[in-house]
This record gives sequence, structure tokens and C-alpha cells, in this order.
Amino acid sequence: MKPFAYHQPNQVPDAAKLLTSIEDSKLVAGGMTLIPTLKQRLASPVALVDLSKLPNLKGITDDGATISIGAMTPHAVVAASKLVQAKIPGLAALASMIGDPAVRSRGTIGGSVANNDPAADYPAGVLGLGATIVTSAREIAADKFFLGLFETALEPGEIITAIRFPVPLKAGYAKFKAPASRYALVGVFAAKFADGVRVAVTGAGSGVFRVPPMEAALSQHFDPSAVAAIKIDTDGLTSDIHAEADYRAHLVTVMAKRAVDAALS
Amino acid sequence: MGNVIGIGASPKRKEDQRFLTGRGNYVSDIKRPGMAAGVFVRSPHGHAKLRGIDKSAALAAPGVIAVLTGDDVADDGLGSLPCGWGITDAKGVPMKEPPFPMLAQDKVRFVGDMVAFVIAETSDQANAAAELLTVDYEVLPSVVGVLEAVRPGAPQLFDDVPNNICCDWELGDKAAVETAFRKAAHVAKLSLVNNRLIGNPMEPRAAIAEYEPGTDRFTLWTTSQFPHVVRFLMGALVLNIPQHKLRVVAPDVGGGFGVKQFHYGEEAVITWAAKRVMRPIKWVASRSEGYVSDRHGRDHVTEAELALDETGKFLAFRVKTLANMGGYLSTFGPNIPTNLYGPLLGGVYTTPAIYCNVKVVFTNTVPVDAYRGAGRPEATFVLERIVDVAASEMGLDRVEIRRRNMIPKEGYPYQTPVLVQYDSGDPVGCLDGALVAADVKNFGIRKSESARKGKFRGLGYSTYVEACGLAPSRFAGRLGARGGLYESATVRVHPTGQVTVMIGTHNHGQGHETTFAQIVSEKLGVSFENVDIVFGDTDRVQFGMGTYGSRSLVVGGAALSKATDKVVAKGKKIAAHLLEAAEVDIQFEAGKFSVAGTDRTKTFEEIAGAAYVPHNYPLEVLEPGLEEQAYYDPVNFTYPGGCHIAEVEVDPETGTVTLVNYTAVDDVGTVINPMIVEGQLHGGIVQGVGQALFENAVYDEGSGQLLSGSLMDYCMPRADHMPMMKVATHSTLCTHTPMGVKGCGEVGTIGSPAAVINAVVDALSHLGVTHVDMPATPNRIWRLLQNASLPVAAE
Ligand SMILES: Cc1cc2nc3c(=O)[nH]c(=O)nc-3n(C[C@H](O)[C@H](O)[C@H](O)COP(=O)(O)OP(=O)(O)OC[C@H]3O[C@@H](n4cnc5c(N)ncnc54)[C@H](O)[C@@H]3O)c2cc1C
Repeated sequence: MKPFAYHQPNQVPDAAKLLTSIEDSKLVAGGMTLIPTLKQRLASPVALVDLSKLPNLKGITDDGATISIGAMTPHAVVAASKLVQAKIPGLAALASMIGDPAVRSRGTIGGSVANNDPAADYPAGVLGLGATIVTSAREIAADKFFLGLFETALEPGEIITAIRFPVPLKAGYAKFKAPASRYALVGVFAAKFADGVRVAVTGAGSGVFRVPPMEAALSQHFDPSAVAAIKIDTDGLTSDIHAEADYRAHLVTVMAKRAVDAALS
Repeated sequence: MGNVIGIGASPKRKEDQRFLTGRGNYVSDIKRPGMAAGVFVRSPHGHAKLRGIDKSAALAAPGVIAVLTGDDVADDGLGSLPCGWGITDAKGVPMKEPPFPMLAQDKVRFVGDMVAFVIAETSDQANAAAELLTVDYEVLPSVVGVLEAVRPGAPQLFDDVPNNICCDWELGDKAAVETAFRKAAHVAKLSLVNNRLIGNPMEPRAAIAEYEPGTDRFTLWTTSQFPHVVRFLMGALVLNIPQHKLRVVAPDVGGGFGVKQFHYGEEAVITWAAKRVMRPIKWVASRSEGYVSDRHGRDHVTEAELALDETGKFLAFRVKTLANMGGYLSTFGPNIPTNLYGPLLGGVYTTPAIYCNVKVVFTNTVPVDAYRGAGRPEATFVLERIVDVAASEMGLDRVEIRRRNMIPKEGYPYQTPVLVQYDSGDPVGCLDGALVAADVKNFGIRKSESARKGKFRGLGYSTYVEACGLAPSRFAGRLGARGGLYESATVRVHPTGQVTVMIGTHNHGQGHETTFAQIVSEKLGVSFENVDIVFGDTDRVQFGMGTYGSRSLVVGGAALSKATDKVVAKGKKIAAHLLEAAEVDIQFEAGKFSVAGTDRTKTFEEIAGAAYVPHNYPLEVLEPGLEEQAYYDPVNFTYPGGCHIAEVEVDPETGTVTLVNYTAVDDVGTVINPMIVEGQLHGGIVQGVGQALFENAVYDEGSGQLLSGSLMDYCMPRADHMPMMKVATHSTLCTHTPMGVKGCGEVGTIGSPAAVINAVVDALSHLGVTHVDMPATPNRIWRLLQNASLPVAAE
């Protein structure tokens, strides 16, 4: 690890200011992704701006038709939340499948969403539920937020403060874990709303994406059988030492079935 | 008499007290006054010419003390890293043995090959300076697979090693095998790959070196399984340091599995550098560094053929293997796929003729050497797989075909056609025991239950034997060993009767401090608590070959047993004097020397006291003191074996294989500590399951990049991959080791891969699947099912 300065601001605007005024500075939330890259000397920011002292970034609130999860809320808290379990059980289940207990205790929803790892779980939940990313500057719809491989709509100095999830009628997540990393080799989130179904896929390509044919079929009939015959094109899907693109495509169908199954059970 | 805890008991492990309370003493825990930090700069290319290294920017960086390269090594006239085995081809021509410089000279031959050593005040400074080193590479195409490496036109690693073939080795009677094949009613054929593995001990490698000008002595602390061998290889053959001027210490070591049983270039470089800069230096590998520098294991491509008569009796077995050596010859490298492989191809069967040809091949990959099991898992996998193939092709039951060919218990000793002679065993007994323990008779019910859930269930057998207890020196010498393979132990009885044992094996997780103390407690009748085992320090332990090849109890324990016998023999002389009786009338039992047929006794403590306060003592005929040493050179290998039965469930939708039951009944000879044996079996089985289902070191052909270079991409087996295992022993006693022990350290890893893969193939056999290469990943299984063109996608 290379040396760096460390700041622990008390207000969101101060954090945003530090971030824009110090070139090569970086936010640190749970540190589960950032610290390993520092240790391997893959990143060497001159300063870290720690979000842990900012007020109101932790915790889950019930807004009636939506649930807001503070950016600094760890995965374990979401997984164990009675509120999330009651209103969006598929999201609580998703959080419980991330990494291991240590990672779930430190890693945060804001960090995960900001990082937009192509195999991370939360992006599937955020896109699948059509959530809104609330930042220090504005609100961004999930459909506009994820821009592919570690890219998001966040501007320099912009800080995620919360994610706001609309409460669906039903939602489920099915994850096929990559054997070694246990990130998603393929993860599918399916959510049924009064006005239709959303299906989001993580792990399979360079970033999270929706599957319109599955959404259409499930909007007609929200049942695993509705997607069983829908095949995904291998174009744009990842091929690596763990899985070839056609296998990933196949898993999208299988996981979509299982996600719907989970939503129904 | 105190608290004797002897052979057959399962006390808690002595060493766990310090390990579990964070009081272990590992190399990276050690600090020396004035210690600097060292970092190795490694090649990012699989194959490249080294055109030059510009040190200036690195040398100018803050805190930098020195930057050393291959040119400095050459200037100091240092030797190349030695290979401990010299094998020969069929015509007796020695293997090609190109030099293995401790820092690369002229060329780099694998990603991770060391090009420089940067020494600075702190490891951060050393790392920063390492990034400033300018190395001018002329990148060459890499070749990483054995099939590609022997092809005409393949990149050549060494100018004087045509086709990258180090040695074209063979064993067995080729003509007899050919004759038998001509008479065969059936010939089964199988091509397979034995996947490349990375050991991943929990503690990464590390070293500290220090030079004391006052005494002209070097000390190297290193994460090694065999400190005396490092002292010899490095001192005598690389750095020209006289043995008495070099101390090698391997303190607590966090797992080895073979990865730490080699003499590594890092050890030589850091020791040499410590004198050059006159500072103690420490180096601790990162996990990523371990991936590209710890010696890898396995990596074979094999074609096998088994000839059978019409009843399924094996007539002959022919095996052709290409074995990957990586970029250079490591300490045991060429011995593993040859001498530890070919002689095991007989298995537990009476196959009369066997021929094995192994081409040992250089590639642009990390050098390959021993990894838990070393050669024997590869042999077992080939044999146990082809037996299943033959059974299926001939319509014979897989258990029945094994039974028909097994060496009966009365058939021992059994001379195989491939050098080794098994002294004892009972494969049929192990098989029968395992069939019951695995509840094979109700497998059909379980299979139907799985089918109802849409899953395919399969059962797999592996009835195997291995050779361990390395090794009879004379025999090993004929096979090409350049050193001895005996072991030594000193039993020092203190004046108060407590005992310190100095032994040349090395404990790095196996529980030696417990097992060896039990042997002493039993044999001398002293309290278990009153025995300490010292190992891992060439200044404290007389000599030793270290721990690998399941040799510690078999060879080291035998030396210990002999040394305790000598203590008892001397004690009897002292007792005879004190009790005024003839030596022949003295009996020793349960810690007491007594005159036969009387109640006159002396305790072990009294005898120890008399030996060190020799006022009333036969000084004219007996030296004072009570300390005895023994060296033991085994007369044969030992041959543990057994039967493993795996049961798997395959999810045809995703291709996921789940191991649902695992049973092992092993013959490990006398069991000293059942709990420790069970633990060794558990760990070994899990590593074998890892090879069968998860682990795979993958290189990119052409660039030579290691694609599975971290735990994110290299899948280690985890607790939730495993069912509760049923392990039991069904032991016959080894006829030539003092306590009848055979060793148990590697059996799990040797028996299990074939059992698991045979189960996977069984689960898919109704679809025409006849073989699955390891690891049986979901993607690979799904692909097989696709090719079997099954409608698996949906109900
Ligand atoms: C062993 C291991 C296993 C894992 N397994 C999984 C898994 O199975 N599935 C999965 O999804 N993830 C997995 N993760 C990743 C984990 O979920 C991380 O917690 C997450 O990706 C990042 O969250 P963090 O709070 O640790 O962020 P940090 O590491 O602190 O930051 C990550 C990045 O996000 C930025 N950032 C953080 N917070 C904000 C914010 N509020 N606004 C803007 N930018 C911000 C940081 O600047 C940094 O660039 C795993 C991690 C580890 C170490």
C-alpha cells in the first residue's frame, strides 16, 4: 500500500468538496473493494475520504410505497432487516448471498452500487426493482445509472446517499455463484409490479442488463414456465476460464426461472 | 509413573495450544535488529530475452539499500539451484538438466521468474523502488501445454533441449506388454488430463537471512519442510557456505503440502544478499506472488490402455504420459511423474505386465514438483478410471471387476512388475468394509429419490495403493536420488526424567509434537506432558531429511523408536548395577526397571538421575548421561491403501456436481493417534475433492499468463462443499517398520479424485458419458450434457 492522506468529514457537502478539491482522492465506504486494490498497489489515491462519520447515511426507512436504504448500510443489516424481509424479501435474500459474513458486515450498498462490478449482486436488485439512486447532487433512475463495466452515471465528487426502492408485488433473486469468487457467475432479479415485470441480469456480461422478452412474457404470466423457453443471445456475454458465453446464456434462463420461483414462494 | 498417553490414544494436540491462542512463531513473526526488507522483481512475461536491467532509478529511490540481479549472481560465481534427482532415459542417457539460476540470466522462462532483488529500509520503499526498475525484455512466444511444447516448431525454452523434452523415461517390460495386448479379449482405452494444481498453504512463503561477521555464520529462517536439506543444497551447492557456518531454521510453518519441500531461489538470494549488505533481510510473499512462484503440482496428459481377458482379468497395462516440468527443474521435479508414478500403476491388482513411458517436458510455466500425493494420485487416477471404463465396456460390475483382479490378503508380499514389492495389505477387506459403510446396497433407493428431484446420482469407487515412507536410500539411489532418505532422532533424557526429542522431520500441521510424544510416553513410560519434540533448526537437531511423502512417522518415527530402545537398553545396564543383578534379568515395563521375579525396582527417573549423578555407577564400562541417537533407513517403501467411495448428485440444469456422501476405509498400518489420522484423512480427501471438482491452474497459451492467479479465480474446496465424511481404518501391519506403521498423510489425496470422477461418470453414464476431465466444473458438465444432446433446459 502506498501512503495517502485520510479525511473523515462530518457533512456530505464537506465530503463532496474534499473529493473535488483534492485531485486523485477517493471515497471509502466499507473498504471491501477499495482496500484490496490499495494493498495490491493497483490504485494509489493521494487521499481517502471516509464516509463513516456522515450523518443519515446508515439505516433503512419505510416511506410507504418505497423503502430507502442509506448508502452506508452494510449488506448484513439489509439481509437481517425485518422491514426489507417483509416488503421486498427478494432484496433481503440478495444481500444475504453477498460474499461472506465479514464482507457483509463491512461492505455497503452505496459502495457496491458505485463500484458497479459486472458480477456484483446489488446492481441486479437496483435495476430489477427500478430503484432510484439518490446522490449528494440529484436523483438518478437505475435505468440511467449503470453504464457498463465499472462505469456509472456518477459525476466526479458525487456521493450516493441512499437508494430508494419501490415496493413490488413480488420479487425474487437467483444467483449462480462463480465457483472461486462466489460473486455472481449469473444472477437474475425478477420483480412484478402492478404495471409490469422487470428482469435484470448480473454476472453474464460487462454490466447489469434487462431482458425485455422475459419481462414481456412474465408480464403476461408470472410463472417460471413463462421464461423457460426464452433463450438469451450470447452476443456481449462474457467468456472466461469459469464459464463460456453460451453456458452463461443458458444460466440466465435457468436463473430467471428460479428467480420467479423464489418470488412466488 | 505419570500420565502415560500411548499408542492408540487420541489426546488433544499439544501444538494447538499455541496455534489456537495466537502464540505460534512463524517466520513473518520474527524480527531481527536492524532488519531491512526485500522484494523480488518478477518477470511479467512467460518467455523473454533479458536485454538489460537499468537499476539507476530504483537505486536512487528513498530507503533503497541495494538492487541485485542475475549479473551480480554471475559476478559472484554462485551455483545454480540443484535438482535432487537425476533420472535417465531408456538408453541410460541422463536427463537434460539446464541451469536454474537463482536470479534470471539472459532469459526468463515463466511469469514469476525472478529478475532482481530490491532491498530497502521498509517493504513499502522496496515495493516502490521495485516499480522503478527498468527491465528491457524482448518478449518471445510462450508455450505452456505439454502437447504444444513437444510439437515441431514450438518455442524452445533452452537451446540444448530439443523439443523441450527433458527426459524420455520408461519403466516396465514393453515386449511382454505388447504380447499380452495381442492376446487380449478386450482393450480399454482412455485419454485424460491430470489438471495442474496450486498448493495454497495458508501461510505464504517467507524468509529472513542474517550474517554475523563475528562468527562468520549465516542464519536463514525459512518456511521449509526440510531445513537440513536446504542447508545442504544451498550451502554446499549454491552459495559455497560450509555446513558449520550455516544455520537454517524452519520455525512454525503454516502448512506445506509439498509447496515448501523444495530449495527455492528466494532462500539463496536472501542469504547471499544478507552478507552483501551486512543487514538482516526479511521477505514475505504475498498470496499473488505465491501463485506465480510456489511450485505447482500434477499437470499430465495421458493415454492409457488396459488389456483384459474374456473374464475381465487384467493382462497388461500401457501408459503414455506427457508430464509438465515448468520452466526449470525444481528440487524433486523429474522424480515425481516418473519414479513416484510408474511404480504405482500396478495398483492393488495382479496385472502381470505393465509398461509406462513418460516424457518429461519443459514449458513456460512455474516449475512443477511434488504436491500432496505427488505422482501417486496421478497413477491412481489413470488406473482407477480405466478400470471403470473397462468394466462398462465389458458389461461387468465395477466392484466385481476389481475383486477379480485384487491381490488377495494371502498374496502378500507381492512383487509387482514395476519395481516395487508390497509387503502387506488387504484390498478386499477394505473394499468390503467400505461397501457396508457407504450403504451401497441402498444406493438404488437414493438414486430414485434424486431422480424424482430431477437430479442424476452416481457412485464411484477407488481401490488404491500408494508407496510412501520415502525412502530406502539404496533403492532411491538406483532410481536417481542424489541424497539419502533416512531419518534421525535423538532422545535426550534429562536428569529429572523429562525427555526432549530432536528429530529431523518437520511439523507443519501434522501433529508430530503429539504423535511422537505418544510414542515416547508409551515406550519409556514417562508422562505425555514430559516429552517435548524439537524440530526445524539445524543448530538444535542433528540431521534430517524433513517431512514429505508421508515419511515422518514411518521413517522418523522408526528412528525415534530405535533411539528409545537404546535408552531402555542403557537404562537396563544402569539398573542392573544399582539393583545388583545381571543385565539379562532386568525387565523394563511401564516406566520401571525391575529384577525379574522380584519386587526390586528402580523408576525411570531414578535411572535418569543416576546417569547424570554417577556416584554409584559402572563408570568403567558405561558412559554417564542418558541420551541416545538413531538413524533409520527404511528397507522398503510402505504401502498404505484402501477403498474410497464417493456419491454425487448432478443438477442437469446447471451442471453442478454436489458431493453428497463420502466413505473411506484405509489401511494405514498401526494407528498411533486415531484423531490425528482421521484429521489427515479428512484434509487429504478434501484436497483430492478439490482437484476433482474445483481446482485448476490455467495458463494462457502464447502469452504464458497465469489466468487463475488468485483465490478469486482458483477455486479451493471449502467446508460447505463437503458432506460429513465416513472414514475408518482397516489396517494390516507393515512388516518392516518398527511399529507396523504405514503413513497416512497423503492417502486421502491419492484415493479421492478417482472416486469422485468415477461417481460423476456413473451419474451421467445413462447419457453415454464415459469420461469427465478434472475439474468437473458446472460448465464442463453442462457442455457434456449438451453434446449428449439432452433436453435439459426445462421441464
Ligand atoms: C471476499 C469478498 C467477497 C465478495 N463477494 C461479493 C459478492 O458475492 N457479491 C457482491 O456483490 N459483492 C461482493 N463483494 C464486494 C462487496 O460487496 C463490497 O462491499 C462492495 O463491492 C463495495 O462496498 P464497500 O462499502 O466495501 O465499498 P468500498 O470498497 O469502500 O468502495 C468501493 C468503491 O465505491 C466508491 N464508493 C463507496 N461508497 C460510495 C458512495 N456512497 N458514493 C459514491 N462512491 C462510493 C469508492 O470510492 C470505491 O471506488 C465481495 C468482496 C470481498 C472482499
